[in-house]
Amino acid sequence: MEMKPAGQYIYSDIELDREEGQVIADLKAKSLEPIPDPDQWLEEELQQNILLTTVDALINWGRRSSLWPAICFPACCAFELIAANGPRFDLSRFGMEIMRASPRQADLMITAGTLTWKMAPNVRRIYHQMAEPKWVIAMGACAISGGIFASAEYAVVPGYNRIIPVDVYVPGCPPRPEALIYGIQMLQKKIARRKNIDMRKMLER
Amino acid sequence: MTVALSGKEVAGKIEEKFPGSVVESGPDNLVVKVDSLLDIARFLKEADGLEFNYLNFVTAVDYYDHFAVAYRLSSLKHNHSLTVKARCYDRENPALPSVTGLWQGADFQEREIYDLFGIRFEGHPNLKRIFLWEGFEGHPLRKDFI
Amino acid sequence: MAVRTEPFVLNMGPVHPSTHGVFRMRVTLDGEVVVDIEPVFGYLHRGIEKLAEQRTYAGIIPLTDRLDYISSMNNNFAYCLAVEKLAGIKVPERAEYIRVIISELQRIAALLIAVGAFLNDCGAFFTPFLYMFRERERIVDLFEMVSGQRLTYNYLRAGGVSQDLPEEFLPALRKFMDMMPRFMDEYDRLLQQNEILIARAKGVGILPAEQAINCSISGPVLRASGVKWDIRKDDPYSIYDRFDFDVPTQPAGDCYDRYRQRVEEMRQSLRIIEQAMKQIPSGPVRAEVPHLIHPPVGEAYGRIECPKGELGFYLVSDNSIAPYRCHIRPPSLINLTALRDMVRGWKVADLIIIFGSIDITVGEIDR
Ligand code: SF4
Repeated sequence: MEMKPAGQYIYSDIELDREEGQVIADLKAKSLEPIPDPDQWLEEELQQNILLTTVDALINWGRRSSLWPAICFPACCAFELIAANGPRFDLSRFGMEIMRASPRQADLMITAGTLTWKMAPNVRRIYHQMAEPKWVIAMGACAISGGIFASAEYAVVPGYNRIIPVDVYVPGCPPRPEALIYGIQMLQKKIARRKNIDMRKMLER
Repeated sequence: MTVALSGKEVAGKIEEKFPGSVVESGPDNLVVKVDSLLDIARFLKEADGLEFNYLNFVTAVDYYDHFAVAYRLSSLKHNHSLTVKARCYDRENPALPSVTGLWQGADFQEREIYDLFGIRFEGHPNLKRIFLWEGFEGHPLRKDFI
Repeated sequence: MAVRTEPFVLNMGPVHPSTHGVFRMRVTLDGEVVVDIEPVFGYLHRGIEKLAEQRTYAGIIPLTDRLDYISSMNNNFAYCLAVEKLAGIKVPERAEYIRVIISELQRIAALLIAVGAFLNDCGAFFTPFLYMFRERERIVDLFEMVSGQRLTYNYLRAGGVSQDLPEEFLPALRKFMDMMPRFMDEYDRLLQQNEILIARAKGVGILPAEQAINCSISGPVLRASGVKWDIRKDDPYSIYDRFDFDVPTQPAGDCYDRYRQRVEEMRQSLRIIEQAMKQIPSGPVRAEVPHLIHPPVGEAYGRIECPKGELGFYLVSDNSIAPYRCHIRPPSLINLTALRDMVRGWKVADLIIIFGSIDITVGEIDR
């Protein structure tokens, strides 16, 4: 096939770019408010004092002990995430050494880096592609609020919780690997308290 | 050591070839007329003793009444450098000739200027937004962008 | 006879394990052969140049950290050079030496990652990367000693560095310097004659010198194509003219050469650090620079040889406390200009290698 001169691509479809732009603009218009933490009910339900069933405990143990993160490496924080994976900090101690390139095999998303509006639809799609149950850790100041780049509103999303629900926030710019590991442990605690089987509903039935 | 060529000297050489095309020349830069930019660029690239074969960068600066587009050229052969500028006074529809035909390295940078300043580069093969998405309104690096 | 097919368009990225971040390519394929690619940028455009116009000169340094986040110190360095040029600030002797040491250490760290990621793309999944990270951690430790941070150091200042080296830095550096050549030999033993690496990378993705220059390529990619051009030698900034080091080049300009080039450059960096450690004088580490710098009206371009190529800052001042315009010359973006010509005619698997051998950081491409 003939090679076109510099810059003239065989396939460079402005229509597709326009479509992408439309998706971005729609998402931007839609996500004005942060999405609340999906598990906020946790505390309150626990107060109603329904003991976790043994089955629950077992399921939660299984889930929390091998969290597999999906890759979502937009920016600088990714290097601390890789360092946490690396030889010194060794994330595999927590059963999560495997970074899954395919979101369908993952159940945790560590959002390491700044999110821009152009990237937002892609991240949301990755999130939706992950199988339930799934969790999100927002790593770094950018992931929490836009961080140092928050004032470039035209391009930067002020926090991942505008587009996906976030479970644990790990502050820092970038957070040290220890901080990330602490955040993961917090998530594990959270999972441990999760109620999978609703006794009341079962009794009603 | 890279020698910064004196803009005055180079301006003299250019004036010889293309009279009246240099607007202004300083110790390390020179401002040329927009219509003769492409000819001058070709001259700078090919003339003996100059041979600016390497384009370090292209960028634009917004001065409210005009955009100054700066080309920093250097020659890996003679190890000297020069900044050439062109001014665009039209704010609604600024346009310049593209230098991608001479230095391919300008490809993405001209697209970047188009995206962030809204300056069109005539003759660029694929001029569309590079960093922001299609449909984005405004050009962020302009000084009056809100 | 080769079987031909309809052109097929494959979207690669922005989230893909081998695109080093959020980079996207639209690849047009004929069967398995790449006939065209169109890179799509902007998934990490954070408006650094815009933000820089609202900040003071000192306040921009943290932003530069986040450009090419695996070589933060070098970004600081280039920016500080530009400010010093603009405002006419003189840097004390000791600070110059500290800068050189730090900058070369950073170069080694960044090249380690570049080599590791390249081998990763070649199919040695994660093992070499972890080896390289082991050494990088040692360098990061040294940086943590001087700046207190692991990734975004914010250590250099216009007119020097933010604080003097701690007492235990030089002994620790000595230890690292004694160790590093051993590791390098280890890599060489593992990789230099490696059948698989040679089969996959030799002769793949050739970039001729002529074209490299026309495309404004810089850094190891340019030198791997046989062009002897290193800003440290050809336009010495800081005090690089005092050190004795070579500019290695490679003959062929293929992926293997680019890999070799990076390894050679690490060795040269070690040589520079060795000399700088011996010569480092004592004295102040920071010139008397006011907190708010008001450079005179004008413009300056400060550039350094960063691990990816020529990193430059073009600053325009209007005599206020913030630059009127701060343009960054991103080596990663410009080095990608030639990618399209390099990958044409190769298979998809080679595309990954060629792309990996250019070594980009998306933070710097999109800024
Ligand atoms: S929080 Fe800091 S280190 Fe992390 S992505 Fe944002 S700027 Fe980079």
